[in-house]
Amino acid sequence: MLNEEIIIAGFGGQGVLSMGQTLGYAAMVEGKNVSWMPSYGPEMRGGTANCITIVSDSTISSPIVSRFDTGILLNQPSMEKFESRIKPGGIIVYESTNILHASDRKDIGVYAIPASDEANKLHNIKIANMILLGAFLEKKPVVSIEGVMEALKKVLPERYHNLLPINRQALEVGAELMRKAQ
Amino acid sequence: MELKEDIRLMKGNEAMAEAAIQAGMDAYFGYPITPQSEVLEYLTREVPNRTGIALQAESEVAAINMVYGAAGAGARVWTSSSSPGWSLMQEGVSYIAAAELPCLLVNVNRGGPGLGTIQPSQGDYFQATKGGGHGDYHLLVLAPNSVQEMADFVFLGFELAEKYRTPVMMLSDGAIGQMMEKVTFHKREIVKSAKPWATTGKTEDRERNIITTLFIQPEKMEIVNIHLNAKYEEIKKNEVRYEEIETKDAEYLLVAYGLSARISHKVVILAREKGIKLGLLRPITLWPYPSDVLFKLADQVKGMMTVELNAGQMVEDVRLAVNGKVKVGHYGRMGGIIPSPEEVEENLEKFIKTL
Amino acid sequence: MENNEILTPQCIVDGDDNYDLVYEKTNVMTDTRLHYCPGCGHSTAHKILGEVIQELGIQKDVIGVAPVGCSVFAYEYLHIDWQEAAHGRATAAATGIKRCLPDKYVFTYQGDGDLAAIGTAETIHCINRGENIMIIFINNGVYGMTSGQMAPTSLEGMKTTTSPYGRNVHTMGYPLKVSELIAPLPGAFYVTRQTVHTPNAVRKAKKAIMNGFKYQKLGKGLSFIEIVSNCPSNWRMTPLQSNDFIDTDMLKYYPPGDIKVPSKEDLINL
Repeated sequence: MLNEEIIIAGFGGQGVLSMGQTLGYAAMVEGKNVSWMPSYGPEMRGGTANCITIVSDSTISSPIVSRFDTGILLNQPSMEKFESRIKPGGIIVYESTNILHASDRKDIGVYAIPASDEANKLHNIKIANMILLGAFLEKKPVVSIEGVMEALKKVLPERYHNLLPINRQALEVGAELMRKAQ
Repeated sequence: MELKEDIRLMKGNEAMAEAAIQAGMDAYFGYPITPQSEVLEYLTREVPNRTGIALQAESEVAAINMVYGAAGAGARVWTSSSSPGWSLMQEGVSYIAAAELPCLLVNVNRGGPGLGTIQPSQGDYFQATKGGGHGDYHLLVLAPNSVQEMADFVFLGFELAEKYRTPVMMLSDGAIGQMMEKVTFHKREIVKSAKPWATTGKTEDRERNIITTLFIQPEKMEIVNIHLNAKYEEIKKNEVRYEEIETKDAEYLLVAYGLSARISHKVVILAREKGIKLGLLRPITLWPYPSDVLFKLADQVKGMMTVELNAGQMVEDVRLAVNGKVKVGHYGRMGGIIPSPEEVEENLEKFIKTL
Repeated sequence: MENNEILTPQCIVDGDDNYDLVYEKTNVMTDTRLHYCPGCGHSTAHKILGEVIQELGIQKDVIGVAPVGCSVFAYEYLHIDWQEAAHGRATAAATGIKRCLPDKYVFTYQGDGDLAAIGTAETIHCINRGENIMIIFINNGVYGMTSGQMAPTSLEGMKTTTSPYGRNVHTMGYPLKVSELIAPLPGAFYVTRQTVHTPNAVRKAKKAIMNGFKYQKLGKGLSFIEIVSNCPSNWRMTPLQSNDFIDTDMLKYYPPGDIKVPSKEDLINL
């Protein structure tokens, strides 16, 4: 039974909320249930932002949970806030370009993904979040890469569809980094 | 891959706005306030290419009175706001109830009192179910607990409003308004009931229509009150809605609505994993309240606990419903704080020890 | 017909049609007895409103919005569809009606407390949106219905039950000239100040109201008809004294006449 409870957290502007939404769309496209609960309000404007995304093949009870199967963490404050709230056996996928002090928990998998560095190599810092998503999906394929691409087609306005290839590339780079990190 | 049905991933606020367009809304009047501004944003974007009117009023006071005028003119009309703005509307809501104008009114509840916080809350339960404005009136109050219900209750709300010639309220909260979930829009036949009482211009074949709430002679005012209350009794008889989750063998019962019911559902799962036979009753209509089913369940369970995002408001209705048969406790967080399922479960166990 | 015949009109006797009909009440008015005090300008304003509706033949297409104030019962007196709005919110209700029924004629009928105190925000924003409605604004400088409290339009020094020593503008504010205030708004199409205290003035006021209805068809904005009126009861005057007071005091501060009129080009499609 699939029921993946994910916290995605970082600074506003790092694409935290949109990563959760893209994942949510992909889950919907694949006929799964999904809930996406953002932190909203002033936090969105330069402070910390997070969203809880739950992907499930059955009815989702609470869209708000305090313990997570996966943390996708993009900055140091998020690491400090959420590392203790990952369930034993869960994973943390983190942006190792920004986060210098990662969790040293032994009961969870902790994976360093230098997403910003890799995004810079692709000349588009904005796709760092897609690299992290690709890494996460390599470890836990709750949705397929094809599902994510389908979702991006829906989420992105037509005029940005020229960015679809680079997004696919980012997802693949992320997957490759995860294979190396394991 | 192409989706067969019209399934979308939307925020509760957006789903509600889309549903209103699909429900054949004639007009929406509103004023921006977090956490429900997406409604006016969505409608002002969509309506010019589709049908209806979406107008940003100068205040919630103006908005609710525009709703009054439009509803009186026979339009399918609605508004939405959040707690402080909803408070501002209360005078108009009382007038609308008194004039028996069908319309849909939405409060996406945030934390208060005062300007409060923009985070989710259920602190407006009393205001929604016990009046809010002045005088003897009730709103039919629907409490959605998902994005899907934010959409579905728009259709239902308009239908009930027109069926009973009464304002229907949807009491949601910031979390359900802001969160995204999958929502399915079914193709529906939109039926709008005839409104021969509406002020559309006095044609020769009828007397003039007057929408008023002024009945200065007490005898007349009392007749109006008796009439309204007869209608409310009819609504109580026909429109109580609730959902039971794992109540069949329940020894303990949570009672919760809206977001709290979603959290409580998870609590039921957690508790049952520990061997506690816990059930959940979710009122879907907060007025009329599902008192009868609670009265019956009181014979079965050893205790009930409400879970609310407030200091304990709905708990009073549960206590009235069970009339002393079982102990009724309350667990709540306030001011925009949302309890985790684990936290509620822990407090449920504490409550069980007091029984 | 001679002038003195008009002054002593002949009664119409049942079954006797040898007499000339010299005056007939408009059938847009109901037979309900007006509750207004003797000599009050509201009655005259109602009458000309009814006459205009009849003469334009628009009875089936008019929706009126009544205020809270002395004219709260306006809906009792005209055979048209009406809504009674909350205090100050007539223009908001009218907006709701007009937006949903754009082909109908919509007007509000409001007093100074309703329109210029509690409802100021709604008034200004309705005009600023250029809603294609007509506002009839009865300004008698006092709260009539609640028996004589100070209004935003009470003149300086005016004694009311809440300014018993006279309105002190330094502590109670200045009398508000609403027409001058709103006339510069682009949404205001036609702004005029009239009275109904002399036969000639009544004819002019009636013309203004007629314009206010006609202009709605142009879709170019709002018509604002201020009628400076009297309140014999709360001014503590006889009706005649109160009519004199309009000339000697009210119109000094609130000068009558058009404040904003449409251009010829504006009216080309009328």
